[in-house]
Amino acid sequence: MKQTARIISTYSADNFGVCSALYEMGGLIVMHDPSGCNSTYTTHDEPRWYSRDSLIYISALTEQDAVLGRDQRLIEEICDVALTHKPRFICVIPSQIAFLIGTDLKAICRLIEKRTGITSFTLPTNSMHYYEQGIYYGLEELARRVIQHTGQAVSHNPPKLQLRLNLLGVTPLDFGPDGWLPAWKTWLRQNNFHLQSCWAMNSSLDEILRSGSADVNLVASYGGLGAARLLWRELGQPYVCGLPLGPLAPTLAQAIQKAGETKQPLLPYAEQTSCIPANAPKQFIIGETILAESLAAALELSGAGHFRAIIPVETDNELLRSDSLRLTDECELEPVLKDAKTIIADPLYQAICPASAHFLRLPHMGFSGRLYQKELSNLLQDFPDLLHRLPT
Amino acid sequence: MPLLSHAPHPAWQRLADADPAAFFPHNLEYSCPARGNWNIVHTGMLVPEAHQIYVCASGCLRGVILTAAEMGETYRRRFSTVELLERDLLLTDNEQLLIDGVTDILEKLKKNQGLPPAVLLFTACFHHFIGTDLSYVYSKLRKRWPGIDFAECCMDPIRQSKSLKPEERLRLEIARLWPEQSATPKRAVCFGSNLPLSKDSEIYALCRAAGWELLDWAACQTYADFQQPGSASLYIWQHPHTFPAIRWLTENREHKAIYLPQVWRSEELLQEFTELADELGLALPDFAPAQERALKAWQELGKELGSLPITLDYTFTLEPFSLARLLIEQGFRLVRIYADAVSPETREDFLWLQEHAPDIELWSAKHPDLRLSENRTLPGKSLALGQKAAYYTGTPYFVDIIDGAGITGWAGQERLARIISEAARSPKDTQSLIARKGWGGPCALED
Repeated sequence: MKQTARIISTYSADNFGVCSALYEMGGLIVMHDPSGCNSTYTTHDEPRWYSRDSLIYISALTEQDAVLGRDQRLIEEICDVALTHKPRFICVIPSQIAFLIGTDLKAICRLIEKRTGITSFTLPTNSMHYYEQGIYYGLEELARRVIQHTGQAVSHNPPKLQLRLNLLGVTPLDFGPDGWLPAWKTWLRQNNFHLQSCWAMNSSLDEILRSGSADVNLVASYGGLGAARLLWRELGQPYVCGLPLGPLAPTLAQAIQKAGETKQPLLPYAEQTSCIPANAPKQFIIGETILAESLAAALELSGAGHFRAIIPVETDNELLRSDSLRLTDECELEPVLKDAKTIIADPLYQAICPASAHFLRLPHMGFSGRLYQKELSNLLQDFPDLLHRLPT
Repeated sequence: MPLLSHAPHPAWQRLADADPAAFFPHNLEYSCPARGNWNIVHTGMLVPEAHQIYVCASGCLRGVILTAAEMGETYRRRFSTVELLERDLLLTDNEQLLIDGVTDILEKLKKNQGLPPAVLLFTACFHHFIGTDLSYVYSKLRKRWPGIDFAECCMDPIRQSKSLKPEERLRLEIARLWPEQSATPKRAVCFGSNLPLSKDSEIYALCRAAGWELLDWAACQTYADFQQPGSASLYIWQHPHTFPAIRWLTENREHKAIYLPQVWRSEELLQEFTELADELGLALPDFAPAQERALKAWQELGKELGSLPITLDYTFTLEPFSLARLLIEQGFRLVRIYADAVSPETREDFLWLQEHAPDIELWSAKHPDLRLSENRTLPGKSLALGQKAAYYTGTPYFVDIIDGAGITGWAGQERLARIISEAARSPKDTQSLIARKGWGGPCALED
């Protein structure tokens, strides 16, 4: 890996993933980083920034703070803001330099919690991983709180007329400004599922804290996997990974029902992989794991042939189909893509794709930010359009 | 009287009560969604045909990559990155990573679009902290790529409070790209501003009258054009971030420079133009008619706006307190200023305002309490000068300008008065306008 990009973008970073995942939870989030660095997140990765308030700040770390270890200033400033605005929790996340110098943010958070009485924690970001890792950390932390809350709460579950689902891993970085929520709700209703909570758009922290009573967790992106695993291990809530795209949707609905009965995790899209003929044309989807894999399976079920997923961001082998690739660098991608017949990817990838390939634009905020925001697809409803755009 | 639309609040104070040495104590910072200000990517693109390479972690790279991408396809092709990974903190020879990474990019450029004449290479806070030997890196790169000029830039905001800001360092390194050459007589260059000096500025008129050629670095179209400013006999600069570059040019090359801050009051302008005329060897022309026309334009605007509350933020002009003083002197109802510091050049204006308009509300532009909308909006109709003022006060009536739009002088003021008049009458879509980065520059964002 040469770590170079002549022309393509980079994915959003882990600290921005944390902010995106916890944006609507009513907390105070502080990125421990120099002044100016937060405008990247608020400009390119956060479509809610203009119209929805959230207490997300930068510590404006200086060289003197870093060299002299002036953590006291950070503690005092966070406590001042916290005591004024009374957030539900405080999350302090390091960026590269705070990570490099080993700032003890666990200790700092303990001091802040003691002084303010507000739950405070840090997460192991360093702005050198991608946003999916940050979403993973943020939602996993929420799952810990849910486990604590569920352990204390008296259960008042309604009769089980329909399965109750938590949707895990929904942020604008993968699903755009509305999180596809209207379409999610329609699909869930059509399949007689009840949406208990969405992690983490359009559900309050209290709704999420009560979500320990749900029957199944539906993991919509890798970012939701850590929370799903924890909830399965601690509360016995099974999880299903996948998106209900086109002909994959009934399979996913069946898997959710089955998981509700067996209490076992399921990965229905992985079961859809067909035998790949040796001379099959090379077709690729580049993107976030669960979206790319679900889309590949749905396209195959639609008769569009085999698609191979390329995952450039954090993922887990558990989520991958057998022939998926984990590639990020231009120098790794270009040789793989050079004979491609079809490529489905964010438009910023097109510059490294061969002119002979049929390129289908699938903008992804986690990669191109707001650049193609008006072109973002909601594949729950736009899958037939995408299928129609494929070469015959 | 102040509007006092809110109870006294840590995010603002009466201007009379502010300490010019530090308006507000250090705090967590809020990033308001007004994005018109230029950043180092925009400024670097003013060097025609140059290629920018940033070497940093993904979190830092993302903002600069997408800045270039939002400028459009042509600019995106002039931008590349080397991404630092966690292992590079401990396990990597970072000098070699830099040399190999830049070489890999240049090899690909050679194959795909041709080699650039110059590379602006941006290292980061990380390289400073781990003590990367950048002299070695640049000596190797220059030896390996002899036809390319390398500018040793930095994106290290952690150092900006006590060392050079990245914007200052960039201008310094751009100036160093100019080869040493003898000064061309009667050639002046505007250097350092992001936006070209407006053509109606009396600075152009003075140069013409004195028989001087006036070039603007922000208007160069080719790298060959860009060499011409290097042979100027006089640099005219306005943007405060240009100072280290000017100091280097005047100390190391036989060039003269004159600082003409973007002031707004007639007395200050007259003083600046007198200094410039002296430098050009010209008797000061009679500017009284131009001054009178500008004064009349402000007076007519004053009648039109009446007691409409006006707010101003520091991005609207390079010298907001000079403009604020002009507005107060002309009887406008300036009620709020958003700024976190005052420049040495306009400290006198600030002190004058403390005495003559003590009740102006001085608001921080980044205080954490500003995050919550109930803390910041201004009820009723108001007119904002600048994007941040528009966002914070919640008004659709605003003048969408950054860095004074290159205006310096009375003819520009006449024009500005008309722009303000129009803005007070026609509401704008604040959200979509202020979302665009780099006001006045190319933008590929969809409407």
